[in-house]
Amino acid sequence: MMWLQALILLMVAAGGLGVVVTRDPLNQAVAASFYGILLGLMFFLFHAPDVALSQITVGALALPLMILLALAKIRKREQETQEENRKPEADGQRE
Amino acid sequence: MSAGTRIAMFVLSCAAFTALYIAALCGLSPIGQVHGWAAQYGDAINRMSVPALHITDAVTAVNFEFRGFDTLGEEFIMAVSVLGAALLLRKHPDQGSGPPQDKAAGRKISRPGDAVRVLTVGLVGPVTLFGIYIVVHGQLTPGGGFQGGVILASAPLLIYLAGEFGSLQQVAPRWLVEVGEAVGAGGYAVIGAVSLAVGLPFLANYLPPGRVGDLFSGGIVALIDVTVGLEVAGGLLLLLLVFLEEALTRRP
Amino acid sequence: MTHLPYCLAAWLFAVGMYGIVTSRNMVHLIICLTVVQSSTYALLLAIGFRANAVAPIFADIKPGTPAVDPVVQALMLTDIVVEVTVTALLLGLAVLAHQQTGKLDPRELGVLRG
Repeated sequence: MMWLQALILLMVAAGGLGVVVTRDPLNQAVAASFYGILLGLMFFLFHAPDVALSQITVGALALPLMILLALAKIRKREQETQEENRKPEADGQRE
Repeated sequence: MSAGTRIAMFVLSCAAFTALYIAALCGLSPIGQVHGWAAQYGDAINRMSVPALHITDAVTAVNFEFRGFDTLGEEFIMAVSVLGAALLLRKHPDQGSGPPQDKAAGRKISRPGDAVRVLTVGLVGPVTLFGIYIVVHGQLTPGGGFQGGVILASAPLLIYLAGEFGSLQQVAPRWLVEVGEAVGAGGYAVIGAVSLAVGLPFLANYLPPGRVGDLFSGGIVALIDVTVGLEVAGGLLLLLLVFLEEALTRRP
Repeated sequence: MTHLPYCLAAWLFAVGMYGIVTSRNMVHLIICLTVVQSSTYALLLAIGFRANAVAPIFADIKPGTPAVDPVVQALMLTDIVVEVTVTALLLGLAVLAHQQTGKLDPRELGVLRG
């Protein structure tokens, strides 16, 4: 059991580094979800089943969902401003 | 100052802090070998949890009985942040709202496939039942209000995945979710206030502990589990509704 | 192995802070904040662990067997669920900042205007 615990600790360290190094927020949401599952596994291997249950439901489900919804709103707003910027240029070209 | 100097300063201070942090932490005893006065609180609770309260899950006993006041504060932190997020994303006077435009910007609309719809609609019942099971069995097995509330909040989300935003709004209308969350948050405080009315300190246990392994054991812990589960489910569902409304229905 | 979880807590803290300081996107910054928070979970987990002990659930074992510390687990449990709502609040702030200024770079959002 000891080597399993050491292995999961190293995997969590690599997972944390992976989440930070991923710069694009959309890819980072998936990385954060996987990191949440790794954390849940770590809690389970250290004899903390309550915390593991909490972490798996929250970290793999609720957190990436909030991130994706925020990104959808931001991307929609960017698309709207692009359309607004394009329309006056078209009017200027026509005149 | 420029970004380069800022990053250089950060790297220096972070290296120094990490070195001090590791030196301090390695002064602790190796993990697993905590003895003496540092381990007494946890061992005392492990010893007392079943004989005194008939609760077999020591973590729930700590959360709702021994340190119940802290959990009340944390639950209110959660209610306040949900309130703050709902307040931030409210409709401005110069914003309109229209029917839900259920697609990401720049992508084609695609209906959910049949497999997705069958799976999600079929899973709504079992997930709700599982969430209720986890909430109610908090004092017996790993579980409790917080975990079960999150699982309960994901059941209407499956309905949204199977259909569209309109169906989610019909199943979980906003006023119902807000009422549920408020009842859960206030119910915890009311249960504590009833102890005051009976003559005991705030949040002291006034119901009989029951039999070990029974569903209704541990006194008021069973009631607090249900109110906390209601509050957490309502809070997360409200966050979801607010974000979805903001992303799908607002027009500039 | 004896001090590995402590080093993991320090490593996660340093990596998360590095991500926050060198971030160029508000949403990326908020996710790095969750990495910093998970470093506290690693530390609490290490403090509560007892060698050759079981989980603190006495449903089918005799009360009195040596078990892991339940107090730190209770602290971690509520913290995880509260963390996601605070992250949602921060994401709402980021969406609103993008609405007002059109930029997501924290370095360009420096000046507060009335």
